[in-house]
Amino acid sequence: MKEYQTITEVSGPLVFAEVDEPVGYDEIVEIETPQGETLRGQVLESSEGLVSIQVFEGTGGIDRNASVRFLGETMKMPVTEDLLGRVLDGSGNPIDGGPEIVPDQRQDIVGEAINPFSREYPEEFIQTGVSAIDGMNTLVRGQKLPIFSGSGLPHNELALQIARQATVPEEAEGDDEDGSEFAVVFGAMGITAEEANEFMDDFERTGALERSVVFMNLADDPAVERQVTPRLALTTAEYLAFEKDYHVLVILTDMTNYCEALREIGAAREEVPGRRGYPGYMYTDLAQLYERAGRIEGQEGSVTQIPILTMPGDDDTHPIPDLTGYITEGQIVMDRNLNSQGIEPPINVLPSLSRLMDDGIGEGLTREDHGDVSDQMYAAYAEGEDLRDLVNIVGREALSERDNQFLDFADRFETEFVQQGYDTNRSIEETLDLGWDLLSMLPKEALNRIDEDLIAEHYREEEPEAAEVEA
Amino acid sequence: MSQAEDIESVDEDGVIESVSGPVVTATDLDARMNDVVYVGDEGLMGEVIEIEGNLTTIQVYEETSGVGPGEPVQNTGEPLSVDLGPGMMDSIYDGVQRPLDVLEDKMGTAFLDRGVDAPGIDLEKEWEFTPEVEVGDEVEPGDVVGSVPETVTIEHKVMVPPDYEGGEVTAVESGEFTVEETVVELDNGEEIQMHQEWPVRQARPAGDKETPTEPLVTGQRIQDGLFPLAKGGTAAIPGPFGSGKTVTQQQLAKWSDADIVVYIGCGERGNEMTEVIEDFPELPDPQTGNPLMARTCLIANTSNMPVAARESCIYTGITIAEYYRDMGYDVALMADSTSRWAEAMREISSRLEEMPGEEGYPAYLAASLSEFYERAGKFQLINGGEGSISVVGAVSPPGGDFSEPVTQNTLRIVKTFWALDADLAERRHFPAIDWNESYSLYKDQLDPWWEANVESDWPEVRQWAVDVLDEEDELQEIVQLVGKDALPEDQQLTLEVARYLREAWLQQNALHDVDTYCEPQKTYRMLQAIKTFNDEAFEALDAGVPVEEIQDVDAAPRLNRMGTAEEWNEFIDELESDLREQLRALY
Repeated sequence: MKEYQTITEVSGPLVFAEVDEPVGYDEIVEIETPQGETLRGQVLESSEGLVSIQVFEGTGGIDRNASVRFLGETMKMPVTEDLLGRVLDGSGNPIDGGPEIVPDQRQDIVGEAINPFSREYPEEFIQTGVSAIDGMNTLVRGQKLPIFSGSGLPHNELALQIARQATVPEEAEGDDEDGSEFAVVFGAMGITAEEANEFMDDFERTGALERSVVFMNLADDPAVERQVTPRLALTTAEYLAFEKDYHVLVILTDMTNYCEALREIGAAREEVPGRRGYPGYMYTDLAQLYERAGRIEGQEGSVTQIPILTMPGDDDTHPIPDLTGYITEGQIVMDRNLNSQGIEPPINVLPSLSRLMDDGIGEGLTREDHGDVSDQMYAAYAEGEDLRDLVNIVGREALSERDNQFLDFADRFETEFVQQGYDTNRSIEETLDLGWDLLSMLPKEALNRIDEDLIAEHYREEEPEAAEVEA
Repeated sequence: MSQAEDIESVDEDGVIESVSGPVVTATDLDARMNDVVYVGDEGLMGEVIEIEGNLTTIQVYEETSGVGPGEPVQNTGEPLSVDLGPGMMDSIYDGVQRPLDVLEDKMGTAFLDRGVDAPGIDLEKEWEFTPEVEVGDEVEPGDVVGSVPETVTIEHKVMVPPDYEGGEVTAVESGEFTVEETVVELDNGEEIQMHQEWPVRQARPAGDKETPTEPLVTGQRIQDGLFPLAKGGTAAIPGPFGSGKTVTQQQLAKWSDADIVVYIGCGERGNEMTEVIEDFPELPDPQTGNPLMARTCLIANTSNMPVAARESCIYTGITIAEYYRDMGYDVALMADSTSRWAEAMREISSRLEEMPGEEGYPAYLAASLSEFYERAGKFQLINGGEGSISVVGAVSPPGGDFSEPVTQNTLRIVKTFWALDADLAERRHFPAIDWNESYSLYKDQLDPWWEANVESDWPEVRQWAVDVLDEEDELQEIVQLVGKDALPEDQQLTLEVARYLREAWLQQNALHDVDTYCEPQKTYRMLQAIKTFNDEAFEALDAGVPVEEIQDVDAAPRLNRMGTAEEWNEFIDELESDLREQLRALY
């Protein structure tokens, strides 16, 4: 291993050094400062005689005399089943005071693309116990379903609730499943120490930590490190899923901080910026993270991803949510209005979507009526929402009876179906039955999305007169 | 990429000078523009995209981690080409035509490794060749010399390659052969095999373009009914995420009456491609009843696969489409999504530090798009026959804003525009095609087909539907201000009719076994049934019946069940007579 003292330029998170032998692209670099501190970095561009290095821990303390060592390999994550229950920093070093990690394997963190031919299509329903998700935007194993949130919204509570409650129904009944266990990999990027404590407290309180691996890059940790944290988390997840047969749920928060870090590095490299200053390759870069979810044919385990992002200005056309939405298989959208009404969780189902829902529900998977019920509730809620604007202008009296029924439906949908609190765990049966309770407020003829046989089976003939009381 | 050529014979080695993501520069490489090269010790495939002095810039189709300066670069001396021949149907390729199933075998893992190459078609497999020429016949480029049963659906025509001279046939074989064995010999020494190669960035030669007059029947009511696409036409489907671009594309791939479907998943989701791979072999082709896969070629370059291969996958797809067109087939090509392709161009262009055009896209974006779409069309073939390529490109505008460069440049070229709308998608109105914004410029030239094959009054009935929907659009603005009940009765009735048009006719459930495919006759009759309701209802209104009573007739909600009715002819007969009876009973 050759050591150089040839740093020619230090600029933001980047260091440029002269070399006299070839260095591979993406290789790992160690920089030792005159104070004896060792910093790690990665080769961003390698040309004859000169390399540019991005330093994870920040470039403070580096001077022209710092020595640079090229390790001759790309970044690896030491993985082992013993990682479960451990807390690591954003670069993968233990910070929980526990024993040193003895790796079973060292895996490249970049991760290779799964051959689409080798994938297995995700269609195993995951019950999260949250009606707005299970009933309307069903999550399945191997899916990547982000939470689009905003600053100050309770996305962390929702993520924790999902992590706590997620099961596959058969498993809950008898252990006749494949025997695969459930694990959570948690990757935090740039979250505040307070948020981190919240997560850790909840993990410890519920005993979830035992089956979790936690990566923490906090708000005051170097931004460049955020580039590495999700890749470490996903590499660990892939190892647990495809080598050790775990069903892994990966929670990444907050992707907005990740993208900010991406922009910071792009700017430091003086790249031509794309929309709003984010680099043009952000789509590709995000895809390389999100696409590391899925199932593989012939393998027991699976990787399911729930990335969380806060939309700057609650704007879903901002490049971060926009590009994410184009890659992920749907999105769960948190709504500020619902939140201020005290709805928990404040999920707005209208802009939410689960693309893999249709194949994960129905007879033999959830319940025969699931698809129709969800379609009908969407249509009815959308109609009720539209009418609300009108009510503001003309008042309720001016509306027809049919319109009033839809308005009531929309209200009860929010206050009974979506509203459930962070500690309520509803089974899919309960969710669907609740759906029928609400749909039965509407006249039968209005249920044009539901098969007639199903209406005959589930429609509650005696109109529940609860609407007024509730309101 | 072809391995059929012996690449060892070319020996113009260069040396890597620098590496930055997918862009590598090399010195001392003697190469032409667009030559394929093998980069580094692992032999990663790449293509020459810029030559400047002694410096050659290469875009690499595989991940470049760990590749460093000093490693060798080897030139093949050939441009990026596809292998053409029997075996392409029922296949799934990556962006440079490496079969993904073969790659899985060779790599022994579910993850895509680097530096593994495989020919696009199986060079070992033997096919049953039946000659269609005899010794002494004169053949010219493009002429069919024999055929091979490629799949249950597709008869693969073996043709004289377009770059041959042609001449008199001196020997003809018959029986089982591999694609590399000679099956026909010509007097000038040219030997014809089932295997051909063609550089992807160059259109295969064809004769004149003709005006298409036949619709590509898609089995989707809003598309066939209101915004038809011609066989040989071009269409764009722009829409924000979640509006159903991919489902719409897949519906077209499943149900359109093309002979051959080439489906390009360009920079999209892995699971979506897996869905296609799992579904298509099981779904029956509505024309033949055979598995859909038997007429389909899939190209999958998902968003996490190397960006340079994303740039090339569009060309790989269209070249394969052209090859089948040359056999006289009607080919439909779906590209999902062209925005990812444009972004791949942008990414490469910015790594080359080219001067950017609008929103960072390269200045040649418009030219590349039009060059691609111009490879579609209904063609006179060089062998005198006819064939067509219809191209449907999905566009993913950032933030759903149609004013961005890719959408705008695409709209300047295509003649059918299916605009997807987030609002419709949110209320689960699918397909979420916005009828106010979409258009088709093929309408008039396709009307004669509908008149001859469906019903002679088709254009009038369709125009009626368009008028009602237009009127609804205007009325809705008033309703938003004053409420529906403030409208005069005839306008309330128009809104009711429009609602049935939207819910019963325009909406179509892709997941329902029956509704997923709607033949043109059914499309027509369903519309006619709603018109019957309209005509009878207005008669009743004129006779003084209040609009509430008209709306409440029992038969009317059954209009919503027409789409899912299996015995639709009988169902609609009965419904129409019930509607007449019940509405006439009111006065």
